[in-house]
Amino acid sequence: MAENILELRDVRTYFPVHSGFLVKRQVGAVRAVDGVTLSVAQGEVLGLVGESGCGKSTLARTILQLVPTTGGAVILNGRNLGEATRAQMLACRRNLQMIFQDPYASLNPRMTVHATLAEPLIVHGICRPSEVQGRVDELMERVGLAPRFAQKYPHEFSGGQRQRIAIARALALRPKIIIADEPVSALDVSIQAQILNLLSQLCRGMNLSLVFIAHDLSVVRHISDRVAVMYLGKIVELGPAADVIDRPRHPYTRALVSAIPVPDPDIERTRQRIVLAGDPPSPMNPPAGCAFHPRCPFAIENCSRAVPPLIPAGPSREAACIRLDEIA
Amino acid sequence: MPLLKVTDLRTYFHTRNGVYRAVDGVSFSVERGETLGIVGESGSGKSVTCYSIMGLIPQPPGRIESGTAMFDGIDLLHCTPKVARSIRGKRVSMIFQDPMTSLNPYLRVSDQLIEPLLIHEDISKKEALAKALEMMEAVGINDAARRIHFYPHEFSGGMRQRVMIAMALVTRPELLIADEPTTALDVTVQAQILELIRRLQHELGMAVIFVTHDLGVVAGLCDNVQVMYGGRIMETAGARALFHSPMHPYTRALQRSIPALQPKGVELFTIPGLPPDVSKAIPGCAFAPRCGFTADACTASRPELQEASPGHAHACVRERAGEIKVETL
Repeated sequence: MAENILELRDVRTYFPVHSGFLVKRQVGAVRAVDGVTLSVAQGEVLGLVGESGCGKSTLARTILQLVPTTGGAVILNGRNLGEATRAQMLACRRNLQMIFQDPYASLNPRMTVHATLAEPLIVHGICRPSEVQGRVDELMERVGLAPRFAQKYPHEFSGGQRQRIAIARALALRPKIIIADEPVSALDVSIQAQILNLLSQLCRGMNLSLVFIAHDLSVVRHISDRVAVMYLGKIVELGPAADVIDRPRHPYTRALVSAIPVPDPDIERTRQRIVLAGDPPSPMNPPAGCAFHPRCPFAIENCSRAVPPLIPAGPSREAACIRLDEIA
Repeated sequence: MPLLKVTDLRTYFHTRNGVYRAVDGVSFSVERGETLGIVGESGSGKSVTCYSIMGLIPQPPGRIESGTAMFDGIDLLHCTPKVARSIRGKRVSMIFQDPMTSLNPYLRVSDQLIEPLLIHEDISKKEALAKALEMMEAVGINDAARRIHFYPHEFSGGMRQRVMIAMALVTRPELLIADEPTTALDVTVQAQILELIRRLQHELGMAVIFVTHDLGVVAGLCDNVQVMYGGRIMETAGARALFHSPMHPYTRALQRSIPALQPKGVELFTIPGLPPDVSKAIPGCAFAPRCGFTADACTASRPELQEASPGHAHACVRERAGEIKVETL
C-alpha cells in the first residue's frame, strides 16, 4: 500500500448548544463527528456514506479545518493541521482542496471562469502572471471545457459544466488530495455519469487521492476503492468498496444497502428488504452504547451498555458491532 | 374506460425570452388502481404535466395550448373552475417533492389535515378530526392523537412527508399524483415512504402517477412507465418490458449511465451534449442531437409515439424501421 497522505486520529467535532435569554449557558453539544479514525493512501479514493445528519459533511469541513476540532488530530502529509500556524496552514491548503455539492452556490457569480481559475494561481504564487493564461487553458481542457469559454460567467453554464469548473478550480493548485462533498447529487443521471468518469480519470491520471462523500451507495461503489459508513458521527463499517456494499456486515450497512431500490423490476419485486423504523436519533443526545441499537433489528441488551469499537470483520475490513459473528 | 386519459397536452410558457414548450404533445392514460411512473431528467416536462392536470400552472406566463385530460368523463382542462375544485383535492390529490415548503408553517397539522374534508364533505369538525387522526395512524405516525396538534416544524423530514401523504389521502382520492415525493429524503426514509405508498394504494385501491428521476424507484413500484424527454414521451411500456427490452435509445442510454447497473471500474456510458433547449422549436426527434444513432429521418419530422407491441410504444423511427436494435446496444 502506498504511503498515507491523510490520517485522522480520533477526530471529534462538537458544536456547543446554548440556551437562555440574557445569560447564555452551554446546555449541551451536538456531537457531529465523534471519534473518527481513518487514513487515505496516495492515489486512493475513499467513499464516505451515511444519511443526512450523520456528520459526513462536518467531517469534510473538519479535515479542511473550516470548523475547529474539539479533539483528535488531522494529519496531512505528516503535519498535524490542528497545530499548524496560519502560514503553514496556507501552504497545506495547496495540497488539500474541496469540491462542494451545489455548483450553483459554490462559484462566485460575478467572476468569469478565467478569474475563478486564475485566483488560486495568483494567491499562491504558483506561476508568473504571463503564464496564468496558459495554465487556465490547460485546466479547462483537463476537465473537458473548451478554453474559449473562459470569459463566460457561471450562469451561462449548465449544472454539469459548473461542476467541471469547480473541479478545475480544485485542481488548479495541483493538490495531493481532494475532498468532494456530494459532488454529483445535484446533477441528473446522464450528467452524473460524465462527472464520475471525469473524477475517476483525474484520480488515476494524476495519482490524486479523493475523499468522496455521497449518500448514493451505487455511486460510491462505482468510484471508490474503500468505503467508510458513518452513523451519528462514528464510523460503523470500513473496507473495500465493492466488498462492503455487496456483502455488508454491520446491521446499519445492511439496512442502508437494502433501502436502495434496484433498477430491475424482477429483482426489486422479489428481494427481501429491511425497512428501518423511525429516524436517526439526535446527535445532541445520542443513545447509550451503540448509537444504532434503537433501530437495529438485531439489538440485544448488551448493545446499549458500551460503545462498540471497530473490530476486524474479514480481510481489510472492520465493523463496529458486538454481534458480528452471531448475525453473519 | 380509463380513469384518466390525457390527449395531446401542450403546456407552453410565454416569457420575454421566448416560448418554452415545457410539455409538447403528451398523451397517456391511467386505469383505476394502476401505478404509472413518469421518468425523466430535470426539464423533461414531467412535473409540468402533473401541474397541468391539477390546474396548478400559473397563467400567465403558462398556457395550456391544447389537449384534454378526461377524468371519469370530465375534462379537467376545460371544465368550470367550480367543477375543477370539486374534483381537485377530493378525487385527485397531489403530493409534492419538498415537504418543508408545501405545508403551511403557521397552521397546526390538524387544521391542514381537516381542511379538505371540511371543504369537500358535509361533516362536522369533530368527525373530520377523527378521520384525520385515523389517516395519521395509517401513514405510521406514532402518538398521532397528540402529534396531530403539532406544527410542521416539529416533525422531521420523513414525518412531514407522511403528513403530506395523510393530507392528500384523507379524502380517499381515486387518483394520487406524487411528484418526486422521496427525492428530498434519505434512502432509509425513502424505503419507508415507498412501502407506505404501496400499502395504502393496495388498501384504498387508488391509481397513482409517480414522477421520479430514479429508475430504481420505478422498478419496484410501477406497473407502467413512461420516459419523457424535452416535453415529449419517448417510450412507454410495462415496467418489465421497459427494463429488459427498451426500444428507445434514450431509455437505453439512461440505463447505461446508472452506476448500479454497471460493473465496477468500467467507465460509465455518458450521453454527450446537453438537455434540449425547449425555447426553440424542435422539428425532429428531441433526442436526435445527443443520440448516437441519428439518421436523416430523425431530424426530418417529429416521430410519433406508436405501439410496437401491445402496451409498449416508442418514438424512435430507426428502431421501428428495424435499422437499430436498441435492446442489444
